[in-house]
Parts: sequence; C-alpha cells; structure tokens
Amino acid sequence: MTPLLQVEDIAKFYGHRIGCTGVSFDLFPGEVMGIVGESGSGKSTLLNCLAGQLTPDAGAVRFDTRAEGLRDTVTMNEPERRMLGRTDWAFVHQHARDGLRMNVSAGGNVGERLMAIGARHYGDIRAEATDWLDRVEISADRVDDRPTTFSGGMQQRLQIARNLVTGPRLVFMDEPTGGLDVSVQARLLDLLRGLVREMNLSAIIVTHDLAVVRLLADRLMVMKDGYVVETGLTDQVLDDPQHAYTQLLVSSVLQV
Amino acid sequence: MSDYNFAYLDEQTKRMIRRAILKGLAIPGYQVPFASREMPMPYGWGTGGVQVSAAVLTPDDTFKVIDQGADDTTNAVSIRRFFEKTAQVKTTETTRDASVIQTRHRIPEGDLGEDQILVYQVPIPEPLRFLEPSEVETRKMHSLEEYGLMHVKLYEDISQHGAIATAYAYPVKVEGRYVMDPSPIPKFDNPKLEMAAIQLFGAGREQRIYAIPPYTQVVSLDFDDFPFEPTKADHACDLCGATDSYLDELIVDDAGGRMFMCSDTDYCSTRRKAGHVGAQGVPYSEDAA
Amino acid sequence: MISVQNVSKSFTLHNQGTAVIPVMVGADLDVAPGECVALVGASGAGKSTLMRMIYGNYLAESGRILVGDVDVAQAQPREILQLRRHTLGYVSQFLRVVPRVPTRDVVAEPLLATGMAREPALRRAEALLWQLNIPQRLWSLSPTTFSGGEQQRVNIARGFAYGYPALLLDEPTASLDATNREVVLHMVEGAKARGAAIVGIFHDDAARARVCDREIDVRAFTPQAAA
Repeated sequence: MTPLLQVEDIAKFYGHRIGCTGVSFDLFPGEVMGIVGESGSGKSTLLNCLAGQLTPDAGAVRFDTRAEGLRDTVTMNEPERRMLGRTDWAFVHQHARDGLRMNVSAGGNVGERLMAIGARHYGDIRAEATDWLDRVEISADRVDDRPTTFSGGMQQRLQIARNLVTGPRLVFMDEPTGGLDVSVQARLLDLLRGLVREMNLSAIIVTHDLAVVRLLADRLMVMKDGYVVETGLTDQVLDDPQHAYTQLLVSSVLQV
Repeated sequence: MSDYNFAYLDEQTKRMIRRAILKGLAIPGYQVPFASREMPMPYGWGTGGVQVSAAVLTPDDTFKVIDQGADDTTNAVSIRRFFEKTAQVKTTETTRDASVIQTRHRIPEGDLGEDQILVYQVPIPEPLRFLEPSEVETRKMHSLEEYGLMHVKLYEDISQHGAIATAYAYPVKVEGRYVMDPSPIPKFDNPKLEMAAIQLFGAGREQRIYAIPPYTQVVSLDFDDFPFEPTKADHACDLCGATDSYLDELIVDDAGGRMFMCSDTDYCSTRRKAGHVGAQGVPYSEDAA
Repeated sequence: MISVQNVSKSFTLHNQGTAVIPVMVGADLDVAPGECVALVGASGAGKSTLMRMIYGNYLAESGRILVGDVDVAQAQPREILQLRRHTLGYVSQFLRVVPRVPTRDVVAEPLLATGMAREPALRRAEALLWQLNIPQRLWSLSPTTFSGGEQQRVNIARGFAYGYPALLLDEPTASLDATNREVVLHMVEGAKARGAAIVGIFHDDAARARVCDREIDVRAFTPQAAA
C-alpha cells in the first residue's frame, strides 16, 4: 500500500545547532502520528519542515498526490506547494490568530479556501460554510461574526473548519489544544477524533501534552535535542517506554 | 521658453517612467514599481498622474485635466496651469479635442478614441491591500494568480449589506490574468474601462504604474448569483436632461432641496449647447456659469 | 487464533540505575476459536503483562505472538492498528475516555471505527448498555463521573460492541454485583459461541470455572529469581 506521506532523513540545522536530524517515517491514510518532546526538542522545526513552512537542509518529504503519485514536496516549485497547501493539506496553528483572518467574518474565513479554488456562487459558498460551522459546533447564527468576538475554543474550532472545508487528506497541527481551558480542550479533542475518523484524515500532531497524544494519536514519536529517540504505537510507547528519555517523560507526568 | 525642462521632469526620469509605462502596457494590469520623484505638490494631490502625464506629453499635445469630472475644481485648475507653465502645451476643456486627459476619480462620459491617452490618478494601487497588509504576500498572490481573497472581500460585502457594496474602486480582472484596482472611479464607470484609448495609471506615493492597452478585456469581479451592476442615481441631469451619465448630487437649501447634475462638466455643457435642457436648467447662453 | 510462542520480556529502568527486571521467559499459549483460556497466578506474576503483550501494548523482547496471521511482536504499527480495529478486542481494568464524550458514543466507538453508520452504531451501543443495566438517563452523560462498577460495565459494553474474533478480558467481573456478573458471563459465553478466541483474567473462581475451558498458570513463565 502506498504511504500517504513518506519522510526520509529530514534534517534542519541552525548553524551548528541541530534543529532536527535523521527523521524518517511513513504515514498511511487514516493514521494520526503524534510528535512529543519538550521545548527545544525540535518537534516544531520538524513539523514546519514537513508542512513546507521551512525548507529542510536535507531529506525528502514525499506526498501521494492525486494526479502524479508520490512527489517530493521539498523540491516542488512554490505555486504547486501553495496549491497543495490549499487543497490536500491543512495546517492548524497553535494560536488561532495565526491561522485565521481576524477582520473577516466566520463565513468568509471558511469560504476563503473554496473561493481560492474557484467557487463563484455566493449562496453555495455560504451554505457550505454554515454547514461546516455546524460540524465544528459553532452556532450558525455566528456565520457573519468576526473571530475577534469568539472565545479561544471557538476560534480554534473555526480554524479547523477553515482548514477542512476543502477535504484535505493530511492535517498538520501545532499544539492544537495549547492555551485552551481544560474543559474546552476535551471538546476539541473529541471533535478532532470524530473528524479524523469521518473524513479518513491523516494527521501529524505536535504537542508537549502526553494526554493529547494518548487520546488522539495512533502512533508516537518522541524527540529530544533534535533526534527521534523512540517511535511506535502510542499506547505502547507510553505504557512500555524503552528509551531512558521516554521513561523520564512518562514518569514525570502529573496524575490527577 | 520656460525655465523648466519640458513638462518639469528631466529627460532621464521621463525615460525611466516611459520604461515603466511600456512594461505596464506589455503586462496589462500588472503594477510596475517606479522611482517616484519629488513633485511640487504633496503626496495625495495627484503626483502619480502628473508624473505619467509629464512623461507622455509632447509639445503638440492638447491637454485636459478633470477632477471628479469637473474641469474647474482647484486641483484640476492647478494641474492644468502647471503644465501650461512647464510644457507650454495647449489646454482645453473639451474632451473630444484633448489628446492627453488626466483624471481623478472619473472616466469621461463620451467614448474616447484610439488617438487619446487617459491618465488616472491612483491613491492605493493594490486591490488586496486592505485584506492583506503584507506587500510581500500580495506580490506573491499576484504572481501566482491567487485571488481567492478578493472574492472574500466581495463575500463580506454581500453578507453585511445584502449586495456587493463596493461603490467605487471596484476591482476588475484584466485580460483574464491580473486583478487591478481601477482607481476610485464609481463602479458605474467600470464598463468604460474597455475602450479604444490607452489608459495609464500612476500612484506617486505608492510608486506604482500600471496600464491597460486599447481594446483590452476588463471584467468586474462578481459572483454567479450576484452579478456586477454599474448603478447610478435614478435621476436625469437637472441641467441637460441626460439619463445616461453619472450624476453629482447637490444640496441647494436647508430644506433638503437637491438637484442632480452630470459630474462630467464638458459632457453636460456640450449637451446644453446642443439645445438639451433639464428639469431645473435654463437654455444655454454663452455667458452663463 | 491466538498463539504465543516462546515469548520473553524484561523491563529496563534507565532512570533507576539501569535496573533490568526480567518478568517472563518462554511463554507459550494457544487459543482456538470458540475457546476461553484463563491466565492464573498470584498478583504480579505477569498475567496482565502477557495480555498486554498479546495486544501489542507491551513490547515482547523475543518470541512470536500470532493473532490470526499477524505476528504482533514483529508487525508494523499500521498492521497492529488494523488488527485492533477488526480482529482483536481488549477490555482492560480501567476505562480511559476522552472527557465529556457521552457514554453511548464511547460504546459506539469501535463500531464507528470499522465504518458502521452512526445511527445503527448508536442503536447497538444502546442495546448493550441496556443489557448491562446502565440506566438510560446516563447514556448521554460522560462516564467519567460514574461509579467504578458502572465504568466497568461501560468498558465491557465497548469491548463487546464489535464481534471481534479474538478477545482479551482483564478482570471483566471485578466490581460487579451478582446480577451484572451474570450478564457479563452470558456475553462471554455468547462470544465463545460465535467462535471468538478469548484470553481472560478472572479473580472470581466461580466465574472462571464457568466460562473458561482451560487455565494457564503464568508462574510457569516466571524467570528463576536471581540469587
């Protein structure tokens, strides 16, 4: 079976410092991969390299495109990569403000990707945007409101709707629940799980919160100082950690 | 002979501007950066238009300046006098007689010909500016033809006002490629952007020049279910009776009394000379205002 | 259906002086479809550990663990995920859920994961909850606030929602009263009847005697104590 994403030896350096190095894995449709590590582990650098936001210094990121099969997105030209970013890929930022247009209504935010790929019927665009707001549990009467009037959790859900409206196959998420109230996190996690399953999405989620990966990710990569120190099924890595650092990480989590 | 170089600018500057103009004509609707010079009027008073006019004027040209359609506003008069002094070209108020017409915020009513040049004064050349503040990003959007955001603006209008509320500076797509801001002309004028004359756009403060060659396709952006409508006030001109020209509304007394008159003064007076009289007009006489 | 062959395991605690703790050596186990095999042995002897290794939750150090055609000890994560979705079910001692998800959705989850439509999946979940005597008024609430016994029953409902050909049950009748213990044992018998291969841990002797065909004492796999 062809992997959806084939990552081979990705490395990124900042001068002599290692951002991340030697990262390889295959991701298949419907799989969710979590990347955990503490600050400075390289997880955000890795995510940005995979998602095309940073150019890696070495390695390949091959995506199974609809038209041409596996293609290395690192060497793709910019228009193609940007097109990918609007259709098959999505990126959910930690801060909703980075992923939304704050001076555009909720409906406009969700409709933008549709308009960017050529939708030209106002009624249809609005209907689809309203439908998506409903799917992320934002009341339909908020469709004309600006995100500045939304709570943090609602902004994050709006960001998800905005990203998923074009039916991407791969979603990158950077600390999707960071900064949200604990009760809001729970709802968001459940929403994400449901959407991942309904849309058969693959996702790569970076987080420092082990509870998030336990609930959301099938597979897990643990990073330290730019290296991947352990990888495997999420429940296996968390319940039977092999590497010293993973054992330390797991045992440090506070129990409630 | 004047103490100034012909049309104020030095020859090298004119060449620089002409190169920008040629590039703009070769790529209709594309904003060409140019090194805007210091002019003897502040930014926001038409420096872009003046620099373009200065670069295209020749001693044999006849020059006309209009400001919101009128030849006799302060700015129009100033700029006309500026070129009378520095270029000593013939000037006129009659559109048909002018070879170069500089305009602020309107297109003349009558059809322009292949031997005429229309120079627009442009405040903000970037149609996406208010949605995307980053210049780097808007340049990328133009080069990659990523115009989804422009439709977001129109979507927002409809969701807030029930219709596309943009009444002036209505964005257009030129030759099916570049999205362009036609300067703050009323949307009523948009259909006229497809014309026989050369159209040049100059933004002095923002340092951009763009152009539309004759007979170029210019389409106003819209939605399939909210098509573009070049609307105007539902009145006839009270002076000349014209029903097809863009109108200015004038409040004439404290009771809210008002009258509508053609914004294009030359068009109105030409009609009045031909004998047309509007609801509040008087028959034309040589010494009337 | 389930075949454990010469499996060994030890834990290496890097942050405690790199202590190496062997917990299992040469484990062997075979379960045929329709059979229920009980793991017995004192607390800490390795019953849960072996069960978790079959599920892929713990890594086996050596040996083979076959569930159907898949060797869990060697398989790719993708294969194990596929296995867990369609072939191998696991009812652990603890209910781990996303907070704020209603009980009926928790139970329906395995069915939705295999592609069943939402409505039939919820109906089946409700049928199981009814069978396990969870009051209807609780079906739309999150189980995180339930009593231990109620949580256990939700856990069991989730484990039995989908007809797995292989099933691992870790103390399924603990914290249950007589009525509900009866219901659960009945469900286990039902699973056996439809051909599931089951490995179970039961502290309750009577329950074990009733549903299990054989017993395996895991103390047979305990490494000889170091001097």
